[in-house]
Amino acid sequence: MDTDNRDANRVLARKLTWAAVLMFGFGFALWPLYTVFCNITGINGKTGRVSEQEIQTMGLDPNRVVTVHFDGTVNSRLPWQFKPNQFSMEVHPGQLYEASYHARNRGQDVIVGNAVPSLAPSEAALYFNKTECFCFTAQKLEAGEEKDMPLRFIIDPSLPAEIHEVTLSYTFFKNDEQSQQAHQHQTAGQPGNG
Amino acid sequence: MSSVAHAEGHDHKPEGFLNRWLFTTNHKDIGTLYLVFSLTMFIIGGAMAMVIRAELFMPGMQLVDPAFFNQMTTMHALIMVFGAVMPAFVGLANWMIPMMIGAPDMALPRMNNWSFWILPFAFTMLLSTLFMDGGAPAAGWTLYPPLVLQGGNSFAFAIFAVHLLGISSIMGAINIIATILNLRAPGMNLLNMPLFVWTWLITAFLLIAVMPVLAGGVTMLLTDKFFGTSFFNAAGGGDPVMYQHIFWFFGHPEVYIMILPAFGVVSEILPTFSRKPLFGYTSMVYASASIAFLSFIVWSHHMFTVGMPLGGELFFMYATMVIAVPTGVKIFNWVATMWKGAMTFETPMLFAIGFVIMFTIGGFSGLMLAIAPADFQYHDTYFVVAHFHYVLVTGAVFAIMAGVYYWLPKWTGHMYDERLGKIHFWWSTIAVNVLFFPQHFLGLAGMPRRIPDYSLQFAEFNMISSIGGFAFGLAQIFFVYIVWKTVKGGQPAEARAWEGAKGLEWTVPSPAPHHTFETPPEIKPDMIAHPSNAH
Repeated sequence: MDTDNRDANRVLARKLTWAAVLMFGFGFALWPLYTVFCNITGINGKTGRVSEQEIQTMGLDPNRVVTVHFDGTVNSRLPWQFKPNQFSMEVHPGQLYEASYHARNRGQDVIVGNAVPSLAPSEAALYFNKTECFCFTAQKLEAGEEKDMPLRFIIDPSLPAEIHEVTLSYTFFKNDEQSQQAHQHQTAGQPGNG
Repeated sequence: MSSVAHAEGHDHKPEGFLNRWLFTTNHKDIGTLYLVFSLTMFIIGGAMAMVIRAELFMPGMQLVDPAFFNQMTTMHALIMVFGAVMPAFVGLANWMIPMMIGAPDMALPRMNNWSFWILPFAFTMLLSTLFMDGGAPAAGWTLYPPLVLQGGNSFAFAIFAVHLLGISSIMGAINIIATILNLRAPGMNLLNMPLFVWTWLITAFLLIAVMPVLAGGVTMLLTDKFFGTSFFNAAGGGDPVMYQHIFWFFGHPEVYIMILPAFGVVSEILPTFSRKPLFGYTSMVYASASIAFLSFIVWSHHMFTVGMPLGGELFFMYATMVIAVPTGVKIFNWVATMWKGAMTFETPMLFAIGFVIMFTIGGFSGLMLAIAPADFQYHDTYFVVAHFHYVLVTGAVFAIMAGVYYWLPKWTGHMYDERLGKIHFWWSTIAVNVLFFPQHFLGLAGMPRRIPDYSLQFAEFNMISSIGGFAFGLAQIFFVYIVWKTVKGGQPAEARAWEGAKGLEWTVPSPAPHHTFETPPEIKPDMIAHPSNAH
């Protein structure tokens, strides 16, 4: 092999190695890329959040009725009971409504959980917005504690005309880190335990 | 010094076992190492398949517990994909590409040594997980979270094994590209190259593009499990479906990584035994390139059931079906190559024809799976298992065997026993169809994959399938015997072992001397298969 070839091989190998390194970075970049793509298109069913001011600009559509179904589940690792207080509501696009879920901690310990929303059909997710929701923050329940969890939502009147029904579903997951912190905080606070 | 002088005695092989094999930089020795390693992995992965088929021989739980069954399906796939099929094609590439393009060796011989010797370590790590607490990964070769994250800590070994395999493949691919682009003999233009070289060039680019993406995806799994990140953890704001998108961005090009070199092998063999030039050489090159391009935009057809919008389902359905067009061009060209040829049916030709027919069956079941509404029924059933085994076993593996029989005389200097080769072909072909064809029916009737037990109505077809499986497994032990016998002795092979064979590899003696084409050959039009395509 002559030196010309040797240099050419090195240059090409270096370029191709860079291509591989770039593609490794691209693998990681796929995560934010997909996330942005899903947020723009709403195809992963994640619902949006709006402020009280923003909803003033939405016009009310009193002639149109959309049925909202509610659904709630818990991840198998979370010993909670979780269900909607109303199974469905008939709503007008452009008007703010309040609904609530009921949760009870059946476990022996304080537990922190996070609710992840999903809306079906996913085409409607872009038009389903909330001003307040228990899913915006982590929720803490003491052992045996139960409470109602409210959400306030509004459907954008520009919701595609063929959609008459949507289903809002929440899955509650255990937040391991914060559950552990809450547990430590509690045991540390109890006299005679330290 | 000419290659003929080499054949007359001075072969300059390094002395001593370690020098010869561990420190080798010779493309032929490294090719041999790859092929032997691949055969070993084929036997190990095959043994795991035997465990699976033995458990599925009858309904009910007989032999292994469900957790071990899942480890078997997962490890069988990982070993066959990364340990058997891919290294076998890299081995063929190492042996044949330099000889086909008139190069003295691979462009980066030391890296070549390294890319092989990573593999035994990677697979030792992967296989060692079987003996660790919690066992080997058991969530399928796709390693979907959250299931895969619920196993033991041996998971980290599996991930690092995948990293090493990726590094090995990428280095192999860089080497192949550098060899093909920089070391072609004068007069060997890109469009004079044998099709095996072409398909490998395209495959190598696919490898560089997607193996790093897999490495990234599994790294995210690793940090999710051990370092508290939430890439795929819904509780922490991540998305488990995201993993599937990243995995299949790698995974779909990966299936073409495993089949494009097979196309190349078959495109070498069919013209030889039809005694006609390959029909539509240029269209074969373009078809391979378009298949490679299309493979990047169809990944979501593996995930039709995750809840995609209608527009997405339609896009991925039609894009997938478009792949049938360049693939159809190839099948047409192979049939047209044989048309009115003076055909003979030596073992390599039998395997190549078997490939064309049975790969087409696998292609058609792939088209059925591409139909999004129908896929909701077929998804994760034995129909999928039947489909990808037709394209991978009767496709990729049959092409590898065709290639081994075809070039074995060149490697060993001996002709294999033609009678035994033919027995091996017919035995394998009948067994493999008994094994996989009934799985279509099982899948259409709704039998799920990756489950160790099944309901009673599936009993007959499973028993038939298992009998086919044992017979196919036995046939491959017979294959090992045939190869061993050929290495040890046999009728001496001529330089041009097949009288209809074209290409530079047949101008060097058999067995090929340790060093070939140290000075570039002077290429005359009758030496190569595609002389007329020079521009």
